[in-house]
Amino acid sequence: MYGSDFEDPETVGQPGASALLDEVESAERDLHEAAARTVATGGSTGPGADAALQDYFDAVIAADQKIEPRDWMPGAYRKGLIRQIAQHAHSEIIGMQPEGNWITRAPSLKRKAILLAKVQDEAGHGLYLYAAAETLGSSRDELVELLITGRQKYSSIFNYPTLNWADVGAIGWLVDGAAIVNQVPLCRCSYGPYARAMIRICKEESFHQRQGFEILYTLARGTAAQRQMAQDAVDRWWYPSLAMFGPPDSDSTHSEQSMAWKIKRFSNDDLRQRFVDMCAQQASVLGLSIPDPDLRWNEERGAWDYRQPDYAELFRVIKGDGPCNRQRLRHRRQAHEDGAWVRDAGSAYAAKQAARRAGKRATEQVAAA
Amino acid sequence: MTSQPTPAEQTPAATGRAQWPLWEVFVRARRGLSHTHAGSLHAPDAVVALRNARDVYTRRQEGVSIWVVPAAAITASSPDEKDAFFEPAADKVYRHPTFYVVPEGVAHL
Repeated sequence: MYGSDFEDPETVGQPGASALLDEVESAERDLHEAAARTVATGGSTGPGADAALQDYFDAVIAADQKIEPRDWMPGAYRKGLIRQIAQHAHSEIIGMQPEGNWITRAPSLKRKAILLAKVQDEAGHGLYLYAAAETLGSSRDELVELLITGRQKYSSIFNYPTLNWADVGAIGWLVDGAAIVNQVPLCRCSYGPYARAMIRICKEESFHQRQGFEILYTLARGTAAQRQMAQDAVDRWWYPSLAMFGPPDSDSTHSEQSMAWKIKRFSNDDLRQRFVDMCAQQASVLGLSIPDPDLRWNEERGAWDYRQPDYAELFRVIKGDGPCNRQRLRHRRQAHEDGAWVRDAGSAYAAKQAARRAGKRATEQVAAA
Repeated sequence: MTSQPTPAEQTPAATGRAQWPLWEVFVRARRGLSHTHAGSLHAPDAVVALRNARDVYTRRQEGVSIWVVPAAAITASSPDEKDAFFEPAADKVYRHPTFYVVPEGVAHL
């Protein structure tokens, strides 16, 4: 901990986050409990017909157990998961850029150390996820190539710019908050390596969300200008964050099969509602307002009514026409190319050491003979 | 055998360079516990693999000891023959203490 101006986030009070963390814990518990159950397979478990393999796969999913890398799985399950996990990994990697933009300009050493740790976490999350995608048989090089040639997407939220320090707070509170709401159900995903990576990631994300909340909380209690800065950041990040949950259920293309395979557990609209409910309450603690004139508590539904984000904008940004798409991709490609000599040097050094060891062994064998 | 090739066996992608080999990472969380599989990573050699494992899997003091193992060096039982492979243990209930009936009044058994 650096400096003494640190306020314990526990005492700041951020309802919602701890309930989500409890869900991560319970997903982890269920994972262990489900593993202890025997899968009912109807006796046709031997190798052979595809139907028997499909039966076994279906039975494992029905029992809420996990599919593991070397298990048989339908081709579309494998393909869909690779696409989803890779996109998720790409998002973590590209997601380092908007916040990385503020590392050198963080307002204090404490804030700088925290932001560095956070951006390093994003890199770590990307690596957990790439590793999970690789267990499905796609190579790391292939995935990196798909990202830097723009053939695979990442979350459109990272195509928005971070204009000032308060944006770092808004990203933590809103963007990481939305990510947690999206990701907590993925801790129960039917594919083992993905579920395990998500449990790890969600536990770490809660630090991210809290640090963002704390930045905004501090600004909101500062000077009038700081307060204005915080409100401005929330105004700009609110709708892009709502759009992170994807198109409305009526237009979502991948949902139904993903639900059946227990990859996805809740619909886009359900998750978005959950996020709005969480934020509406937290905004009042922050003393900042959410830029939605339609936002009001609906007693009947027991939830907040809100205005939908502009989905036309979402699709424009996904297609490549957001404020920073080209910059993000160019930066990623450049960083990858600039790192080529490091990868080459690492390989060359390993080869040299291996050759030396082999030479030494050969000499010893000759001496012994 | 219908199992997937392990990533380490795959051909390098279009970059023209061979990618760094894959390592599996095992972490001992605390003294007294065994090492547990944490995940995997790419590294050119064992020393770098260990360093990367520290940065990727123990940023929050999750471990007191790390093993890294080349993924290609791991031999795994085949999922296709798992029933036959583990079947010999299925009919040996006498290996469990609960198999035996203990008369009333016996202590420390």
